[in-house]
Amino acid sequence: MIAFTLKRLGSGVLLLAVICTVAYALLFANGPSIARNIVGDQATAEQVAAKQTELGLDQPLPLRFLSWVGDAFAGDLGRSWFGPITVSDALVTRLPVTLTLIATAMIFVTLIATTLGTAAAVKRGWIDRVVQVGAIVGDAIPGFVVAVVLATIFAVQLGLFPAVSSIAPGAGADAWIASLTLPVIAIVLNYVTASAQQIRSAVIQQRERDFVRTLRSRGLGDGEILLRHVLRGAAPAGLTVLSLQFVGLLGGAVILERIFAIPGIGQLAITATVNGDIPIVMGVVVYTVALVVIVNLVVDLLNGWLNPKVRVS
Amino acid sequence: MTSSDTSSKRRRSSVALRLVRNPLGAAGVVILLVMVALALLAPVLAPFGPNTAAIGNTLAAPGGDFLLGTDSAGRDTWSRLLWSGQLTLLSALLCASVAIAIGLPAGLIAGYFGKAFDGVSSWVANAILSLPSIIVLLSVRSAVGPSVWITMIVFGVMLSPGYFRLTRTAVLSVRNELYVDAARVSGLSDARIITRHVLSVVRAPIIIQTALIAGVAIAIQSGLEFLGLGSPQDPTWGAMLSEGFRNIYTTPMLMVWPALAIGLTTGAFVLIGNALRDALEDMPGTRLSVKALAGAATAIGTASAPVRSRIPSTVSVRTLAEPVDATPPEDAAEHLLQVNDLEIGYPDGDGGLKRVVEGVHFHVDRGEVLSIVGESGSGKSQTAFAVLGLLPASAQVVGGTVVFDGVQTVDPQRRRIADDRMRPLRGRRISYIPQEPMSNLDPNYTIGHQLSRPMVKLLGVSRAEARKRALVLLERVGITDPQRTFDAYPHEISGGMAQRVLIAGAVSCEPDLIIADEPTTALDVTVQAEVLDLLRTMRDELGVAILIVTHNFGVVADLADRVAVMQQGRLVEEGPVREILHHPQHPYTRALLGSMLVGREPLTPLTTTTKGPTS
Repeated sequence: MIAFTLKRLGSGVLLLAVICTVAYALLFANGPSIARNIVGDQATAEQVAAKQTELGLDQPLPLRFLSWVGDAFAGDLGRSWFGPITVSDALVTRLPVTLTLIATAMIFVTLIATTLGTAAAVKRGWIDRVVQVGAIVGDAIPGFVVAVVLATIFAVQLGLFPAVSSIAPGAGADAWIASLTLPVIAIVLNYVTASAQQIRSAVIQQRERDFVRTLRSRGLGDGEILLRHVLRGAAPAGLTVLSLQFVGLLGGAVILERIFAIPGIGQLAITATVNGDIPIVMGVVVYTVALVVIVNLVVDLLNGWLNPKVRVS
Repeated sequence: MTSSDTSSKRRRSSVALRLVRNPLGAAGVVILLVMVALALLAPVLAPFGPNTAAIGNTLAAPGGDFLLGTDSAGRDTWSRLLWSGQLTLLSALLCASVAIAIGLPAGLIAGYFGKAFDGVSSWVANAILSLPSIIVLLSVRSAVGPSVWITMIVFGVMLSPGYFRLTRTAVLSVRNELYVDAARVSGLSDARIITRHVLSVVRAPIIIQTALIAGVAIAIQSGLEFLGLGSPQDPTWGAMLSEGFRNIYTTPMLMVWPALAIGLTTGAFVLIGNALRDALEDMPGTRLSVKALAGAATAIGTASAPVRSRIPSTVSVRTLAEPVDATPPEDAAEHLLQVNDLEIGYPDGDGGLKRVVEGVHFHVDRGEVLSIVGESGSGKSQTAFAVLGLLPASAQVVGGTVVFDGVQTVDPQRRRIADDRMRPLRGRRISYIPQEPMSNLDPNYTIGHQLSRPMVKLLGVSRAEARKRALVLLERVGITDPQRTFDAYPHEISGGMAQRVLIAGAVSCEPDLIIADEPTTALDVTVQAEVLDLLRTMRDELGVAILIVTHNFGVVADLADRVAVMQQGRLVEEGPVREILHHPQHPYTRALLGSMLVGREPLTPLTTTTKGPTS
């Protein structure tokens, strides 16, 4: 188990290193064009050069990267080029909003998808057809279109929820709930059918295994067999699809935060991208990849813990 | 033209036919064709250019010169919708092409040649798949500025792992097929083999994948444009949606049209992809097994409903007239288990019923070993599972009774074994030893847990007491280190040991009858003898009756008191073991015996070790 953990951790760190290198090279390579973008089209060549020197963009790329890495290890990801704020501060103030949104939505997705998928596998009949059709419909309609429709109907037309999020530093729980309800519903609608479908297949497959019949022959009840043996065996498959959805949501949240005007990482990323605030974009990339690595590691460890073959050896 | 060319053409055209016959698939094709036609005809149909702005006519209502009105810059919505369709569909095409151009060759090389390239490319594919694409596309936009085309090329790269994995898996499975070996031996070059044999396998899944990916590409492209990250010059549905969302309070209809266009087009791609998959799964040789199996299971499930209502006409009056309550027939009280005229059938998919067991009649007394013998498909296992009440859900008990110690377990009205009558018997009175030991233990729980849990549940003993009993049982079935086996997981023990564990489980709640379904078939020959010895010991020491199902007369001679021979669902001969082995009456029994004992000095040494039926 320790060797397994270390291997997974090593793979994650390697991923983080590779992505940071590629992203840095991509984002920071073109010094003159970045400086020109900041000072504006009217600026003289001297002003551009001065800006380049000021931001350190005249230094060779590898040297700049090494110093960035050094700072990053100390927790310093640089400063915004457009405002008096460090990248770390910008991320830290917005992180709770985005993570709350994603985590809440995923908890609901997990609960609903597991219930629906299991019921479809066990009961078959109408609920199975609902899950099957729902999976096709869910695939067919892009999530952000669903979100736009929800926002239009429930926030703009009916005014049941705030169209612009009221989440701000020091806002109460009621502001959070009012602002996040609709986006969470949008995510659940968009994600739940796909995961329910996967869980359904896993449960069906598990129920056909020989040991389920033997357990029944031993006199154990159907409920116990379903909860302790069938769902336990189907858990790794469910975990995999849910973790993929979680990672997908790190990107999907960007669009949702724009639609519902939520002050999260996504809004930060969009503004920085439009402005050309490269340090902030780089910071968002680092944060995202770090989260991906953490989520994947947690899922790998959970799978290892679920599977005695990995755990015992 | 060679015959294989024509046949593959015929197959392709029949897939196309199935696609169009599927109503959802046909709808998808029609929607997509309309969208493509509108996009292609944009220069003819659109009254204005995509960026032609009528300054005085911003946010105009539909009608007049502007079929669907204008946006906040005075641009005609209908014209922009058409031009956007062109760009959006083209970008989806570009995205899918890039993904195929990278993923397919990489998958071919990784799958066919393996080695270092496989390792590195698989890692890269996993890495790309683990990144949220919108974040990547945002940073690319930061680095190179707004461009639909660069965005779609990068997104194509991000989607290429899908094709890579698909191709690699297909190649791996094909590479070791015999016909590929034959092709290699006959001197075909690797390139020829790849194009001839491998590409023909991956073609179908790639078409499906492409339909689905085109939908994803349009969705993500629209999403980015919606965020306002596209170039303002390029008309796209996403940009129009964004424009509509900005004016949502004044002219909400501006949002409806692009949302509809995006929804319809991505939906069409998904419908086509799903319909293609269904069409290909119906074709022989291209089934994706798990999905196909699940589909088949639902098909059987839905088919059984009309079957049920039809059956009475095909069933004899005798079985229908039988009493519904659980009172046993006359002679049942003397026997531990009495099976009378049992008939089991399965829906055959055409509204009829295929009978696998017909009029089977036998009994088992306390402490007796009855062996049911027959070749595969003779209905012997079905009979055994009926006694256990563990027939598959689609099975129907069309007639007859099963009486265990005075309890009639067949529910003739529902045509199945009544679960409420069976539940108190299972494990406690009747238990089961399966054929394949390893697959009959849950790999996620220790042996100890699986052994002691039924004792806690059924006998009501404490967990400590159950643990003590389990250790005694393990020792009793001949396991030398009970504690270690108790703590072990199924993957840590051998098949022979697993079968001993399952026998221990079967006797743990001191049942009166054990149903053993080919208990030695999956084991090594030396282990087989030990397991038979163990079963005999259990019978002698615990007085438990055993109903053993087998195709092996060696097992019969070694263990059974009486034998019942089954052929094609019917009982053809039944009697004491010596009599059947020495004087078989039925030609099928003689054939079975003959096939197994040709040219050997048979039985006598074995039968002397077996207790006769009278002793």
